[in-house]
Amino acid sequence: MTVREKFENDLHRVQGLMLDLCHMSIHALEKSVEALFEQDIDAALVLMDQDRFINRLEEHINDEVILLIAKQQPVATDLRRLIVMIKAASDMERIGDYAVNIAKETIRLGQTKVVYPTEKIAQMRDQAIAMLKGMVQAFIDEDMQKAKEIALLDDQIDTLYGEAIVEILNTPTENMKDIGQVAQLSFVCRYLERSADHATNLAELLFYLVKGKHYELNQ
Amino acid sequence: MVKLSVKDVYVAKGQNLKVVSKEEKQTVYHSKKLNLWYGEHHALKDIDLEMKENEVTAIIGPSGCGKSTYIKTLNRMVELVPSVCTQGEILYRERNILDNKYQVEELRTKVGMVFQKPNPFPKSIYDNIAYGPRIHGIKNKKVLDEIVEKSLRGAAIWDEVKDRLNQNAYGLSGGQQQRICIARCLAIEPDVILMDEPTSALDPISTLKVEELVQELKENFSIIIVTHNMQQAARISDKTAFFLNGEVIEYEATNHIFSTPTDKRTEDYISGRFG
Amino acid sequence: MVKYVDHVQVVKRMNGRLVVNKMFKIVFLLATLFALAALGVLVYRMFDQGWGYLSADFITNFASRFPEKAGIKAALIGSMWLMVVVAPISLLLGVGTAIYLEEYAKQNRLNDFIRMNISNLAGVPSIVFGLLGLTIFVRSLALGKSVLAAGLTMSLLILPVIIVAAQEAIRAVPKELREASYGMGATKWQTILKVVLPSAVPGILTGSILALSRAVGETAPLVVLGIPVIVHFLPNGILSEFTALPMQIFDWAKRPQEEFQYVAAAGILVLMTFLVILNSIAVFIRNKFQNRY
Repeated sequence: MTVREKFENDLHRVQGLMLDLCHMSIHALEKSVEALFEQDIDAALVLMDQDRFINRLEEHINDEVILLIAKQQPVATDLRRLIVMIKAASDMERIGDYAVNIAKETIRLGQTKVVYPTEKIAQMRDQAIAMLKGMVQAFIDEDMQKAKEIALLDDQIDTLYGEAIVEILNTPTENMKDIGQVAQLSFVCRYLERSADHATNLAELLFYLVKGKHYELNQ
Repeated sequence: MVKLSVKDVYVAKGQNLKVVSKEEKQTVYHSKKLNLWYGEHHALKDIDLEMKENEVTAIIGPSGCGKSTYIKTLNRMVELVPSVCTQGEILYRERNILDNKYQVEELRTKVGMVFQKPNPFPKSIYDNIAYGPRIHGIKNKKVLDEIVEKSLRGAAIWDEVKDRLNQNAYGLSGGQQQRICIARCLAIEPDVILMDEPTSALDPISTLKVEELVQELKENFSIIIVTHNMQQAARISDKTAFFLNGEVIEYEATNHIFSTPTDKRTEDYISGRFG
Repeated sequence: MVKYVDHVQVVKRMNGRLVVNKMFKIVFLLATLFALAALGVLVYRMFDQGWGYLSADFITNFASRFPEKAGIKAALIGSMWLMVVVAPISLLLGVGTAIYLEEYAKQNRLNDFIRMNISNLAGVPSIVFGLLGLTIFVRSLALGKSVLAAGLTMSLLILPVIIVAAQEAIRAVPKELREASYGMGATKWQTILKVVLPSAVPGILTGSILALSRAVGETAPLVVLGIPVIVHFLPNGILSEFTALPMQIFDWAKRPQEEFQYVAAAGILVLMTFLVILNSIAVFIRNKFQNRY
C-alpha cells in the first residue's frame, strides 16, 4: 500500500497552520473580554493591531489549500478535508473579528465606570471559549459525539444571551451618560453569542467531513 | 409563500428539464454470478453488474484487477485467449451471450469495441471505416460513402480527414487514429460501445477530445469504458464500478463513488493510496 | 550519502573502454569484407572465363558437342517451366499450411510436434528430397523425368522454407489488427483474407521468392531424378522431359575439354542473372507492399 507521502506531508503542514489559527483566534477572543472587564485600553489596541496576523494566516491557509487541490487533485474525504479547512478557517477568522469588535467596544467604554451587571457576560465568555476549544479538540480527534454535544450547548448560550440582554435593559439607569453602555455591552453579548454559533458551524463541518452529508445540528 | 421546485425554475427560465425516469432506461447488460478462469487463475469472481442504456459506465481498478478481462467478456473477445473458462451468465438485452448457441459474430455487430492502442488497419481511412459494413455484405458504393461520412462525423473527425479519405490511416496522429477506430466502430451501427482504456496511449488534448466524444455518443449508444485514469472516470461516467482482485467492490453512481464511497478500499484507491 | 560510482576511476577506465569499442567495430567490418571479397573473386572468375562465350547465340542454341556451338536454350526454358510448376504448388501448400498452423491449429502437443518437424525439414539435405522424388513421382506415380515430377520434388524441397517464412510473416501481423476485425463481427476467414494476409504478403513473398531461387539453383535432386542434359527440344507441357540450368552447368563442368569450363562459366552467368532477376522481384514486391501497408 503506497501512501501519498507528499500529499500527506503537505496536508499535515496546513493542518498545523490551521491549529495555530484556531489558537490565535480563541486566544484573542479570551483576551478581548478580559480587556473589557479590566477596561484595559492598551490591551484592546494591541488586540486590534494583532488581528492582521489572524487575517494573514487565514489567507495563507486558503492559498495553501487551493494549491493542494490544484496539484494533488484529491477526491472524496481528502477533498472534503481541504474544503472544510477553508470554511473552518473563515469561521476562525470571524472569531478574530469579534475579538476586534469587542476590543473596539472596550475603547468606546473608556474609563467610565460600568454600572450594569457583567456576570452573564463572563458566563457567556466561559461557555463560548469552552465550546470553541472543545471543537478544536473534537476536530483533532474527529470525534463526532463530542461535536454533537458541543453543538447542543449552543442553546444554553442563546438562553444566556437573552437573559443578559434582559438583565441589562431592566437595570434602572441613574445617569443618562451611562446609557451608551447598554449598547456597548449588548454588542459584546451579541459577539459572544455569534462566536458560539461558529462553534456549532464547526461541528456541522466535522460531520460533513466524516459523513459527506450535510447536517443541521442546531434546530 | 409558494414553494418552487427545481423544475419550476427551469420552466421559468424557458429551458427544458429533461426528465428521464429510471423505468424508461432499459438494462443493456446484466451479468449474474460471472466467474472466469485463465487456466488455474481465478480472474473474475461472482461479478454481478447491471448496466443501463444511454449511460456511460466506467470500470476502474488497479492493474490486474480483471477490469479489462471483464469488458472483453462482454463481447466474448476473451475467448481469443486459449484456456479461458467461464461460468455464470451475461445477459445482453435479456439473452445469455455465454450460451453456446449465441453467435459471437452477431453479438459483435451489436457491441462494438475500441481498444487500448489505436489499431486502424493499414489501409486507407475510407477502407478502415467501410471494413465493418463490407464484411456484413454492404457493397453499394453510395451506401458505403454515406456510412463513412456519417461515422466520421459521429466520431467528430470528419472535418479533419474529409480531404484525405484515400490516404493511409497510419499517417494520422495517435489521437486521430483512435477517433478513426471509434468511427470504424460506429460504422457497424452498434448498440453498445465497449472501450478498453481508449486514451491510455494518447496525449492530454487528444484524451479530452475522446472524452468529449464519449459524452456526445452517450445520446445514442450505451458506453462501457475501462480506464485506469480515475479522473477520467469521474469526468465522463454516470456510474462507476470499482474492481479489485477480480471482484466488484463497489458499483454506484459516479457522484457517489467519487464523493462518499461506501467501502474503505474504494476510498483508498480513488484517493491514490494504493494501486 | 554513500557513493558507489567513483567518477575519477570512471575517467581512468574510459580510454580502455573506447579502445575495445573501436576494436569490435573493426572485427565486424573485417567479417563483412571477407565475405564481400570471396564473392568478388567468384564473380570476377566467372566473368573472366565466361564473358567471351556469352552471346545471343549462347542463349538461343541448344546443347552441342562443340564448345563454340553449345547453347543454353533448352536449360533456360526448362528452368522457367520448372518455376511454372514449383511456384503455384509450393506457394499454395506452403501458405495454406502456415495459415492453418498459425490461425486454426490449437496449442497442443501434436501441433507443436508438427511445427517443430517442419522447421527440421528445412534442414534436410536436398539429395534426400531427390531420392524421395525418384521413388514417389518418377517411379510410383510413373511421371517419368518430366517437368511435373521435378517440379513436385522441388516443391517438397522448398515447402518447409516457405512454410516457416509464411508463419513468421503471419505471426508478425499485430494481434491488435485481428482483434479489431473480430471486434466488428468478422469471421475468422474474413479476418485472415482481409487483414492478416494483406499485412503478411511482403514477408510471405520475400521468403517464398528466396525459396524459389533455391529451387532454381538446386542440382542434387535433379541428378538423382536422372534429368537428362543433352536435350534438343523445348518442353511442350508439364509432362514433357526437360533439362534445367544447374543440370546443364554441372554437365559442362565435368567434361574433360578445357573450353567447356568456359561454357560452364557462361552458363553460371546466365543462372546468376536469372537469380538476380528473381531476387529483384522479391525486393520490388516487398517495397511496394511496405509502402502501402
